[in-house]
Amino acid sequence: MTKIKSLFISLVLTLGVSTAIAGSHGSTLDLVKERGKLMCGSNTGLAGFGAPNDAGVWEGIDVDVCRAVAAAVLGDASKVEYVPLTSKVRFTVLQSGEVDMLSRNTTWTLSRDVDLGLEFVGVNYYDGQGFMVRKDLGVSSAMELDGASVCIQVGTTTEMNLADFFKANGMSYESVPVETNSEADAAYLAGRCDIYTTDASGLYASRAGYPDPSAHMVLPEIISKEPLGPSVRHGDSEWADIVRWSLNAMIIGEELGITSGNVEEMKGSKNPEVLRLLGVEAGYGAMLGLSDDWAANILTQVGNYSESFEKHIGPNTPINIQRGLNALYKDGGILYAPPFR
Amino acid sequence: MSVITQNLSRNKYFNWTVKNLFSSWVNTIMTIIAIIFVYEIGSFFLNWSIFSADFRTNFQGELITDRILCSKNIVPGEYGACWAIIYVRWDQFMYGLYPVEETWRVNLTYALLPFAIIGILFDKLPFRKIFIYFTFIFPFIAYFLLYGGPGLSTVGTNKWGGLLVTLFLGVTGIGLAFPLSILLALGRRSKMPIIKSLCIVFIEFIRGVPLITLLFTANVMLPLFLPDGVNPDNLLRALVAVTLFQSAYMAEAIRGGLQAIPKGHIEAAEALGLTYWQTTRKIILPQALKIAIPPIVNTCIGLFKDTSLVLIIGLFDLLGIGRAALADMTWTKLYYEVYVFISLVFFIFCFGMSRYSLYLEKKLKTDNS
Repeated sequence: MTKIKSLFISLVLTLGVSTAIAGSHGSTLDLVKERGKLMCGSNTGLAGFGAPNDAGVWEGIDVDVCRAVAAAVLGDASKVEYVPLTSKVRFTVLQSGEVDMLSRNTTWTLSRDVDLGLEFVGVNYYDGQGFMVRKDLGVSSAMELDGASVCIQVGTTTEMNLADFFKANGMSYESVPVETNSEADAAYLAGRCDIYTTDASGLYASRAGYPDPSAHMVLPEIISKEPLGPSVRHGDSEWADIVRWSLNAMIIGEELGITSGNVEEMKGSKNPEVLRLLGVEAGYGAMLGLSDDWAANILTQVGNYSESFEKHIGPNTPINIQRGLNALYKDGGILYAPPFR
Repeated sequence: MSVITQNLSRNKYFNWTVKNLFSSWVNTIMTIIAIIFVYEIGSFFLNWSIFSADFRTNFQGELITDRILCSKNIVPGEYGACWAIIYVRWDQFMYGLYPVEETWRVNLTYALLPFAIIGILFDKLPFRKIFIYFTFIFPFIAYFLLYGGPGLSTVGTNKWGGLLVTLFLGVTGIGLAFPLSILLALGRRSKMPIIKSLCIVFIEFIRGVPLITLLFTANVMLPLFLPDGVNPDNLLRALVAVTLFQSAYMAEAIRGGLQAIPKGHIEAAEALGLTYWQTTRKIILPQALKIAIPPIVNTCIGLFKDTSLVLIIGLFDLLGIGRAALADMTWTKLYYEVYVFISLVFFIFCFGMSRYSLYLEKKLKTDNS
C-alpha cells in the first residue's frame, strides 16, 4: 500500500516538474504562433487608449500596438485576445504568463523596468502632468497660477508633483482634494477649484466630455515625465525585439510617409529604407523570426503611428490632443525610432 | 347601508391618518416636511428619468448614436436622462463581449434558468420531480451552451461579461456554496476533533479575510505557484473565491439554526435508534434551515452584490461593462444613466430574493412561538 502511494506521489511530482520545464522553455513567439492568437493585456477602459466600442471591438492607440504585433507575428491584426487588466493586477498577470504583452498606458520607470522584471520596449505616448483652466480666467501659462485653488486626486504622485512645482516657482496654492476622476470633473465644473490637474491625456479626455469643451484649455506646461509604453516579461529578448520593432515600424512608417493606403505603391519606391521596411529587400523579417512582409502587414492593417494617433486621440476626435511631444523628431516632437537597417 | 359602511371605512382611514400622522403639532410638521421631501425627490427623479428623458431619439426625433445627440447635450439644462446608451450597449450589458451571432445561446440559458430553479423554490409545483431532475442536468446544459462543445463553437470566458458574469458568479456561487456550507456547519458541531478543527480553521480564515483579498489571491497568486502554461480560467478562479467565501458565511448562518434546536430532539431521535445521518436529515436540518432562512438569504443578497468586486481583477461584470461603456468617447460622462440602470438590475434580483425569503418564512411558519 505504501509502495503504491509513494509511486503515485513520485509520478505526480515528475509530471508536475516536467510540465513546468516544458512550459518554461517554450519561447513566447512559438507559443503565440502555436496558439494562433496574441494575448494582450489591455486597459479596462480608457477613452482613446483602449476600450471596447459599441460593437464590442477594442479600439485605441494602446490597442493598436497589440494589433500591430498580431499583424507582424500572425499576419492578421484581428487575432488578438484582449485581457482587461486593472492597474493593480497588470504586472502579476504579465509575470504569470497569462498575457504575452502589456499595452495599457503604463509609465516606464526604473523600478518597474528593473525590479519588477518587466522589459519596456519603447514609448507609444509621452504623457505628463498638466493643468486645465477655464479660458475666461485669462491665464495662458502655469506660471500665472499663484494663489489658485487646485482640484487634485489624493494619494497620487500628481499630488507630490504639484507641491514640488509650486514650491520650486515660489507660488502658493489651495488644494481641493477629490477621490476620483469623475469627482474631480464635477468639482472643477462646479467652480470649486480654478485648476484641475492630472496627466494631460486624462485632462483632454475629461474636457471632451464637458458640456462646452471649448471653454476650457490645457496649459502648455507639463510638470512631470510619464512615458507610456508597451512592456513584456524579462528573459525573452527575442519576443521583446518583436514587440519593440512592431512599434518602431509604425513610427518609421510615418517617417517615410507610408500609410495603410499606399503600401503597395510604396513597394516600388526608390528609397532603400522603404524597401527594407516593406520586405521588398528580403532578410529583415527572418532576423526577427518573422516573414518578410511583417512590417507591410502592420502598415496595411493597422497603419502608421500618425494614422493611429489621429484616429483615436488626435484633434479630429472628441479627445482632441495635439501631437506636441508625440510628434516625430523632425516635426518638433521627441518620437524617434532607430534606423531600419 | 352601503353609505354607512362607506362612512365607517372613510372614518377608519381618517382616524388612522389623524392618529398616526397628525396627532400633535410636532407630528403634523414632520408629516408635512416628509410629504414635501418625498414629492420633491420623486417628481425630480420621475421628471429626469421619464418625462424629460431621451429614449432612443432626441427631441428633434433623431436616433441617438452618440452622446452629443442627447437632448441634454444639445439644449443644456432642459432635458433629463439619455437612455440611448443602454439601448445601444444593451447586448454588452447582457452578454459582455460574447460574439453577436452566438448570443442566442446565452438567451436560451437565461430562458432555461427559471425552470432549473423553480423546482427547488416551490414544493407544491406540479411535476416537481421532473423539474428537480432538470435542476441537476442544467449545469451541464448551461456549460455546453455557454462555453461550447460538440456542434457549438467555443466561446472563451474572457468574452463573457455583463449580466452573464454577474448571474454566473451569483447563481453558481450560491448553488455550490449551499451544500458545502451545510457540511461545514455540521462539521463545526461534529464530535470528531480533526474534522471539527479543520472546519473551524476554514470558516474563521475565510471570514477573517475580505472577499477582495480572496479574489486577488485566486487571480494573482495562484498562477505563480502553478507551472507555466497551466492557467486556470480567470472566471473559474473568481468563482472558486466567491464560492469559498459564500460557503463560510452561509455555514455560520446555518450553524445558528442548528444551535437553536433543543437538545431533546436529538436525544429523542437517538432513543428511537436513528443513525446520525438519519437524525440530521430528517430531524435537525429541516428545522435548522427553516430558522436560518433569513440569515441565509441575507448572505445570498450580500454575495450577489459583492460579485461586482470582480471588476478589480479585470472581469467585465455588469458594473465593469458599464464602466467600459463610459470609457468610450461616444458615451462618456453619462454616469447617472449607467449607474441608475445597473442599480435597477441589481435591485430587481435582490428584491426578488428578499421577497422569496418572506414567502418561505410565512409558508414554513408552524406557529409554536
